[in-house]
Amino acid sequence: MGSKHKIIGKPERRVDAWGKVTGRAKFAEDYSVAHQLWGKVLRSKHPHAKILRIDTTKAETLPGVEAIVTARDIPGSKVFGIVVKNQQILCEDRVRYLGDGIALVAARSREICEEAVALIEIDYEPLPVISDPEEALKPGALPIHGDKNEFVHHKVCKGDVEKGFAEADFIIECTFKTQFVEHSYIEPEAVLAEPAEQGGVVITGSVQNLFSSRRSVAEALNLPLSRVQIIQATLGGSFGGKDEVMTSMCCRAAILATKTGKPVKMVNSREESMLESYKRHPYVLYYKWGAKHDGSITAMEVRCIADGGAYASMSPFVTWRSVVQATGPYCCENVKTDIYAAYTNNNYTGAMRGFGSPQVNFAIESMMDELAAKVGMNPLEIRMKNGFENGAVTATGQKLTHTVSLKEVLTKAAQEIGFEAKWQKYRSLKSGEKKRGVGLACSYRGVSLGAEGTDAAETIVSVQTDGSVIVSSGVTDMGQGAQTQMSQIAAEVLGITMDRIQFLNTNTSRVADSGPTVASRGTIMGGTAAKNAAEKVKTTLLEVGAAMIGCDVGSLDLAENYLINVKTNERLASFSELCAECFRKGKPMMGFGWHHSPPTSWDEEHGQGDAYFTFVYGANATEVEVDTETGKVNVIDFVSVHDVGKAINRGMVIGQMCGGVAMGLGYGLLEEFEIEEGVPKQLNFDEYLIATAMDVPRIRTIIVENEDPAGPFGAKSVGEPTNELAAPAIVNAIFNATGRRLYEIPANLERVLLGHKLTRTGKRGSEVKANHG
Amino acid sequence: MRESVGIIATINKKKYEIEVAPNTTLLDVLRDQLGLTGTKRGCEIGECGACTVLIDGQAVNSCLVLAAQIDGHEIVTIEGLADGNTLHPLQESFLDHDAVHCGFCTPGMLMSAKALVDGDIDPSEEEIRIAISGNLCRCSGYQQIVDAVKEIPKK
Repeated sequence: MGSKHKIIGKPERRVDAWGKVTGRAKFAEDYSVAHQLWGKVLRSKHPHAKILRIDTTKAETLPGVEAIVTARDIPGSKVFGIVVKNQQILCEDRVRYLGDGIALVAARSREICEEAVALIEIDYEPLPVISDPEEALKPGALPIHGDKNEFVHHKVCKGDVEKGFAEADFIIECTFKTQFVEHSYIEPEAVLAEPAEQGGVVITGSVQNLFSSRRSVAEALNLPLSRVQIIQATLGGSFGGKDEVMTSMCCRAAILATKTGKPVKMVNSREESMLESYKRHPYVLYYKWGAKHDGSITAMEVRCIADGGAYASMSPFVTWRSVVQATGPYCCENVKTDIYAAYTNNNYTGAMRGFGSPQVNFAIESMMDELAAKVGMNPLEIRMKNGFENGAVTATGQKLTHTVSLKEVLTKAAQEIGFEAKWQKYRSLKSGEKKRGVGLACSYRGVSLGAEGTDAAETIVSVQTDGSVIVSSGVTDMGQGAQTQMSQIAAEVLGITMDRIQFLNTNTSRVADSGPTVASRGTIMGGTAAKNAAEKVKTTLLEVGAAMIGCDVGSLDLAENYLINVKTNERLASFSELCAECFRKGKPMMGFGWHHSPPTSWDEEHGQGDAYFTFVYGANATEVEVDTETGKVNVIDFVSVHDVGKAINRGMVIGQMCGGVAMGLGYGLLEEFEIEEGVPKQLNFDEYLIATAMDVPRIRTIIVENEDPAGPFGAKSVGEPTNELAAPAIVNAIFNATGRRLYEIPANLERVLLGHKLTRTGKRGSEVKANHG
Repeated sequence: MRESVGIIATINKKKYEIEVAPNTTLLDVLRDQLGLTGTKRGCEIGECGACTVLIDGQAVNSCLVLAAQIDGHEIVTIEGLADGNTLHPLQESFLDHDAVHCGFCTPGMLMSAKALVDGDIDPSEEEIRIAISGNLCRCSGYQQIVDAVKEIPKK
């Protein structure tokens, strides 16, 4: 099966890697032009306050300052937002979190910017700070926007949960809590905005979703989309994180550039980045399951509250994925799920790799192990009993028509780590300072945007007269390898080698709006568009070839940089000669490929529908060692299994799997962006801890390939599913080791040792310990 | 405070005589004064390792070094790793092992790895992990980077 492709599934170097190993790759901060000014934001001093007065007069007179801008200077829309337009580019009368910006400075140096910002005077009237989403939802809580803090309520209703609970032999009820997580892209945000020759602006920046950022810049400046050009610089990681925070930075830099008529560069320090950028949503998750002694589940009732922070951002979509997937890949006739999002004065929360699934998966997979313990089964048995098979019907009433490989990935993960024998052994070993445990977690995940919205993308394949090829797409690369996947697909179709392909970074003025590069949709959407584009060009090339050779089109094909006879494999002309002939004949050598996703549906009122056009399945298994003296958990073995449909590039798929596990390990064990009374506690990597090379074990990766007709060459997706299982697998392993379940993550030393979180009181460690016994 | 300090240093085998402000870091001089933007700014407190360069063969965070301190020393940055168009074996290995994802940590990773393999041609996995433990990578989970350093093509 593997031999039918020349490029797909073969080890190919990344098309963007040479520049990255030589230092030639240009990230946003690496762009500078003559006479550029620096831009800087003055941010709020209070998490929640009225702004009574803004006085910029002193700052304006500082030599070297070229412009000071407040909300009043924004010619168009002062707010933006993909779902709810309520995020302020600059605040005029009220600040809602500490990352809010109030004024902008453009000056001839960074130092002058700093000085000028310090000279701007703001008078505030502090308002009560709401930092807890459940407090925010209480009647009488001060509304942060409009007249109430609840801004999302999604539901799923299937069957009758009351009936289901009545039929149950027993009920399990647990409450789980998850934390704010910082994306921690290693490249802080940066843009360079230049006034365009005919009006408008050209922005080069570290932007993930160029088209939505462009829309907001155009609206802020009252410009048509055609006059706002955003070019993606090579992007130093994003993970969902360089969306609204970049939209805001693009708008601000564009406003300064337009006002001064000069290029303006803005770069966030790490502290500014962590202070302002949005985070992964913390959830409070109330799970109640009814079950029978045989392990079957009769009812699942779920209620979750997501902390949306100061702005709506992607909360409506993030929580929608949560509501669809909140009961996991498990059969149950009676389901009732309600998910709410509330405004608070915390950092706003939005898209982050996983997008609403890591939170619910932590709860679902913990519940599954609780259920196993109740009925005396092991964690693999309980999942095999309840897990989806081909033709299963999900909680939203969707019948799964693709290959449902849940049990295949589960079994593979369990076998690889020797799960059942170890699980049995470790649970019976109760003594010892260091205890071992194994844990398992699995999931199903809807591919691409689903019923969230329009799902279409463009890729352009442009063959040059010498047989080299330029590819570009509205789908962006942020390190995940989208450019390489699309190049491989184009090369496969055109029968050429990868060295002929040059991929251009996305430019909003040169390719169609392809939506955001999110939801693990890069390969399935951009890749299918690349296939369509390359096939169009191929059709033209073969027609020209047929005329040139004097034979039927049907007898020709393209392979290994040649036009060949399909029957004899005889090389009839080189690809380059064919391209030159195509040019001489005046035929179009550019293919525009478009792909629109298959239909999905959603009934918001009843919470039912065909939520996604296909799904992927994954399983993680891990072995941990818990130091019962310190609470330290070492992950000593890890198995990651994912059905990706078809691996276009195995190295990159493995890279996604290892990277996803490392990030998931951080979620489970290390990472917590703490906000107290609206004030973040960690603003750099000295205190916000992400996994280092010493924290991540060697990861055993298993790629499962059940090709899906919905994707190019059968490929589906891999980016996010790899990140949504490590935390529950680790917490389940800790349970196996210690017999104690953690209902909150991260499972850091204090939670594992003491069973609860410690907050900084400013007191000495010994006193804190004394207080908690 | 003096306005500027004159320093003479060898950077990527080329001798430079430059004037730097006394409070300027090596990172700023490399990026802003010399246009060597391959060295990355990630945290500016010595935690992420994206700005790693070699000073006399030793890997250091250039954000924590004052430019004036390099007077008389030899610096190698990512731009000095390849020999013209011929990539260093470590660079080739990073390409072959898919050790490059977003690429932002890559220059620093390569410089930390170079300091390691220059001193020990066959480091263990543990030694490699220790050598790059000051270089944060959010994309890769480190495995392909470790493999790339372990399996450098032998010339």
